[in-house]
Amino acid sequence: MSAFKSLALAMAKGFVRDKMALFFAIVFPIMFLLLFGGLLTDQGTSKSEIVQIGSVAVLDQAPKAALATLDISKESSEKLALEDLRKGDVDAVVSQTGDTLVLHYSQADAVRSSIVRGTMGAIVQSANAAASSTPNTYTLKATQVEDQALETIQYVTPGLLGWAIAMGATFGAAANLVVWRTNGLLRRLRLAPIPTASIVGARVLVSLGVAATQTIVFLGLAIVLFGLKLTGSWPMIIPLLIAATLAFMSIGLLAGAISKTEEGATGLANFVILPMAFLSGSFFPLDDAPTWLKTISNLLPLKHLNEGMLDTMVRGQGPSAAVWPIVILLGFAVVLTAVSAKVFRWDK
Amino acid sequence: MGAHIEVAGLTMAYDDVVVVDDVSFQIAPGEFFGLIGPNGAGKTTTLEMVEGLRRPLSGTVTIDGIDPASRDPKLLRRIGVQLQTSAFFERLTAREQLQSFAALYDAPRAAVGAMLELAGLEDKAGTQTSDLSGGQRQRLSIACALVHDPDVVFLDEPTASLDPQARRNLWDVLRSLNDDGRTVILTTHHMDEAQALCDRVAIIDGGKILQLDSPAALIRGLNAPVRISLAPGTLALEEARGLSGVISADLENDALIVATRDPVSVLTALAGLGALEGLSVAGASLEDVFLELTGREYRA
Ligand SMILES: Nc1ncnc2c1ncn2[C@@H]1O[C@H](COP(=O)(O)OP(=O)(O)O)[C@@H](O)[C@H]1O
Ligand SMILES: [Mg+2]
Repeated sequence: MSAFKSLALAMAKGFVRDKMALFFAIVFPIMFLLLFGGLLTDQGTSKSEIVQIGSVAVLDQAPKAALATLDISKESSEKLALEDLRKGDVDAVVSQTGDTLVLHYSQADAVRSSIVRGTMGAIVQSANAAASSTPNTYTLKATQVEDQALETIQYVTPGLLGWAIAMGATFGAAANLVVWRTNGLLRRLRLAPIPTASIVGARVLVSLGVAATQTIVFLGLAIVLFGLKLTGSWPMIIPLLIAATLAFMSIGLLAGAISKTEEGATGLANFVILPMAFLSGSFFPLDDAPTWLKTISNLLPLKHLNEGMLDTMVRGQGPSAAVWPIVILLGFAVVLTAVSAKVFRWDK
Repeated sequence: MGAHIEVAGLTMAYDDVVVVDDVSFQIAPGEFFGLIGPNGAGKTTTLEMVEGLRRPLSGTVTIDGIDPASRDPKLLRRIGVQLQTSAFFERLTAREQLQSFAALYDAPRAAVGAMLELAGLEDKAGTQTSDLSGGQRQRLSIACALVHDPDVVFLDEPTASLDPQARRNLWDVLRSLNDDGRTVILTTHHMDEAQALCDRVAIIDGGKILQLDSPAALIRGLNAPVRISLAPGTLALEEARGLSGVISADLENDALIVATRDPVSVLTALAGLGALEGLSVAGASLEDVFLELTGREYRA
């Protein structure tokens, strides 16, 4: 067995046998996923919110029972109403031109949109039955709007996964570096006939392994339990996550190089990662946040990881959407690794 | 097997305080060499400069002609180190530690079993290092230093913090280390240990070598009186003091202690008087040499 493999194996065993590390890297983020997923299913029972533009005879004449599952509000500007629809504030927008009922809906929430379309179809049918003419008086024209809003699970999965990866990679590298320095193992390894690169390389390999495990568990649960749907270029999250692991490892290396104790290092890592997760939209969208906050958020690597994952795995954008985030993450990794190398010490 | 170590004018200072001061010595292949002195004497600093782990302020070290600080893999492969604080991979078992170190040195896996046996840890092979006793950890640390069958072994206070039994058990392991020509360098603040194990010792205090020789030669050089101990009442104090060759005779700790530089004639006289009850004879020890050299109470 080569030196590199044995180092990686020793690190991997050290991680798997560390119940606290396992908990924070895998179980803790999954608890958040279950929590957010749970909140989502509770929303399922509420009424569909429909905005009606101008007068819509079909709706006005429809029997009360048929409208029971709809919460209809009126709005004069179609433009504003469609804007709300794109943001996900309402579920559909209805207007009537002559005998044609125009329904705009969003695919953000697949279940909700099919309920709305079904209900509207039924209302049009019963209106036709009431008019009892052939051919049918009224027709329903349903158009999907290009939505910005995503169903909760679609939004929350990439964000929480990003946060989990950030935690795993940062804490792993920080704790590893400090523990090995304080217990003297780094100095001992210095006297072994192995290049320093094999120690760093082994740590990178183990961190990538942890990230891969987190990703598989996370996406698996989100798909099976909450119906997460991955869009076309989702495999781009693989290079994205590799770049992100390197970026967050470098944050961990810096925290580990600065800190004197393991508690100090994990505390420092926490101090960096938790606020970053909030400011990068890992827990909730920043659409309504003030501009200065969005500016700060753009300086954070996690924000770019989250955006890259959202674009490729749920927003249906092409593979190129991941390129900039990858470049930015690798840039972070290079700069922070260089800084860590400057402040690095072999012994206490 | 073995290697030739040359240390010349080694000096080290921390914050302008000199902690190793112009230390020079040579060690031959197969020699068991001891650096002895109290805590803070500069033993670890000296040893780690010889290992190549710390860069000296001035002076040179070569192991078979190579500067160890160059981290030449060929040289590193021939060196085994046990640092003062045992350094293990966290959460690995004893066997896994040995396997890891064996792999770092490209040593055959078969060595792992042999080392577990050497360290007497066969029944603890599956125990994580954090659950081992201090003595077991210390033995494992030494086994990790030996797993690649090095030519030179550095041991920094291998028996520190062990109880007397564990210490003696470890001596048995250490004593055999230079049997097949290995060079061994050990530091200790236990003078009895150095006396029992080392071919030659350098006594260090305040960063300086005070004396360097074999323990026996150092003790002979001290020319200290031999202490003959008898059961109290075996002989009257006055009578003992009157024997020829006796320097002093006193009652100490429930024993009659007779000091002499001519033990042969004193013992003969005592035998003639039939006054040998509870006899024991103690020569000077390395500890006496140390006390003589430093002129103060030994601080362990
Ligand atoms: N890294 C260091 N920084 C500052 N002082 C040190 C350092 N290492 C050792 N010293 C000082 O050097 C002296 C010798 O230490 P050391 O070589 O560890 O002694 P020993 O091993 O004989 O107990 C001590 O006074 C110690 O405080
Ligand atoms: Mg020491």
